[in-house]
Amino acid sequence: MATTHTHSAARLMMAPSVILLLLWMIVPLSMTVYFSFLRYNLLMPGTESFAGFMNYRFFLTDPAFFQAIGNTLILVGGVLFATVAGGIALALLLNQPMFGQGIVRILVIAPFFVMPTVSALVWKNMLMNPVNGLFASLARFLGFQPIDFLSSIPLTSISLIVAWQWLPFATLILLTALQSLSEEQNEAAEMDGANAWNRLIYIILPHMARAITVVVLIETIFLLSVFAEILVTTNGGPGTESTNLTYLVYMQALLQFDVGGASAGGIIAVILANIVAIFLVRMIGKNLED
Amino acid sequence: MGSIRLENVSKHFGEHAVIPSIDLEINDGEFVVFVGPSGCGKSTLLRLIAGLEDVTGGRILIDGDDATAKPPAKRGLAMVFQSYALYPHMSVRSNIGFPLKMANLDKAEIDRKVNDAAAILNLTDYLERKPRALSGGQRQRVAIGRAIVRSPECFLFDEPLSNLDAALRVNMRLEISELHQQLGATSIYVTHDQVEAMTMADKIVVLRAGNIEQVGSPLELYRSPANLFVAGFIGSPKMNFIDGKAAEEFGAHTIGIRPEHVALSTESGKWMGKVAVSEHLGSDTFLHVDVPELGHITTRTDGEFPVRHGDTVFISPDPERLYRFNADGLAA
Repeated sequence: MATTHTHSAARLMMAPSVILLLLWMIVPLSMTVYFSFLRYNLLMPGTESFAGFMNYRFFLTDPAFFQAIGNTLILVGGVLFATVAGGIALALLLNQPMFGQGIVRILVIAPFFVMPTVSALVWKNMLMNPVNGLFASLARFLGFQPIDFLSSIPLTSISLIVAWQWLPFATLILLTALQSLSEEQNEAAEMDGANAWNRLIYIILPHMARAITVVVLIETIFLLSVFAEILVTTNGGPGTESTNLTYLVYMQALLQFDVGGASAGGIIAVILANIVAIFLVRMIGKNLED
Repeated sequence: MGSIRLENVSKHFGEHAVIPSIDLEINDGEFVVFVGPSGCGKSTLLRLIAGLEDVTGGRILIDGDDATAKPPAKRGLAMVFQSYALYPHMSVRSNIGFPLKMANLDKAEIDRKVNDAAAILNLTDYLERKPRALSGGQRQRVAIGRAIVRSPECFLFDEPLSNLDAALRVNMRLEISELHQQLGATSIYVTHDQVEAMTMADKIVVLRAGNIEQVGSPLELYRSPANLFVAGFIGSPKMNFIDGKAAEEFGAHTIGIRPEHVALSTESGKWMGKVAVSEHLGSDTFLHVDVPELGHITTRTDGEFPVRHGDTVFISPDPERLYRFNADGLAA
């Protein structure tokens, strides 16, 4: 009796926040779904009409679409690889006792506080610029031809910028995981004859598996929707070489004023993100159990 | 085979000397227990022998070879840690086999040795489990298994029983002693529990503040403690210390009387006191007696001694088994 009472009371108490969250999600989602079935162009207001699956057909048959999917996956995969590998290396370094540890740790985390547009512009104008950039001067100093990063290897360059932003996040999470490794385990492995490399492979990395999973999952969510870095550096170009799905949807909506098409693209992006999520959880989600 | 010698070994952490200077000889096949209150440097001493800490000065000789600069894995020692330090993501089989895998033995050889060790330790049914699916005692055995597969010259135990409950502790104590008989390898065992020290050791090393207070067999320490500290540390319940006039009567600055070395009577005796608490354990009774001018004296008598709180009892020390100490706390 008491428990049923508590249960219903608890539900009642939770209801406002649950309803609010539901509305918060459902309203924009259903509006997007609704728009995706309309012929809705901002250049011709007042002429909206039902279009069936036309928007989806146009979006899916757009040659840029497949490239955008490919670019999205390359961007996510590349940045994930760079940040996890780099994060592990940095975490191992920062975990060593050294002079000025506190300050070094803060400095390492700093890039995460720089907003994406600013960091992308700094990279574009101060580092990657083929005339004035630091990399160009470096190349000339060493006697090489400077590379025009953003037009010759646009996707790699953007990946580099994004990886630089996310490296601190990965480092921070992996460092805390590393600090929770009991010193006795390391010592036991040392007594068991494991050298530094074996300790990394058999003791440290398995211990960090869960943290690595968290980094991969969280980063994937954010990296699927990278936008600002593309907007301020390459504008998706040259051609569509550095256009990802998010940027393609943006082009559809705000450069071609096609709200219907953009909504269809948005829904497709949501579906793709879910597919990626399912794969991720299948592959590495088991690390989060127990 | 497994003899260890410490020559003038010292260890400083910064300015603080944890171990000022220690000389110690451990013979092959001995079961040596380092015992002392917490912070006395016993674990540090063990870690110095293991090679997990570097000595500040002095030499460590294992089998006559200078091992001071050798890395832990090359010293031929195996250690059982207080927290067991099992590798949580590995099965029991991989945990026990890890040192062999690191030594690059082939798979069949590793399997054979792991199975042997598991048979000795009754772990055969648990080989495929992960450590978290084991009880405390089983984890302890896995930790020991990981030590014995390497057939080391010497085992190092760092308070291995302190995470177990009382009943299990008694069991594991027996198992470790049996294992020692069976394997015959030198063992060094660190504990703060004098009961563990008394029951397991061939040789006890009593430490205080980084110094060795006394070295000897359990009964030597019990019969002839070198000073007040050892006298108070070895034996349970603790020895009673009396100083002042009553001690001068026996020609000493301080006298020590073990609770089991007094005669109790309800009618007559040397000192009269009132029973404060009586603890009946069945086989024994511990009486905590308040004696005017001497203070609190703990005594031990047979299980059915008929006194209760507030009763008057008479205590007579056994003059043969009375310990005399001089003003410096040394046995006189």
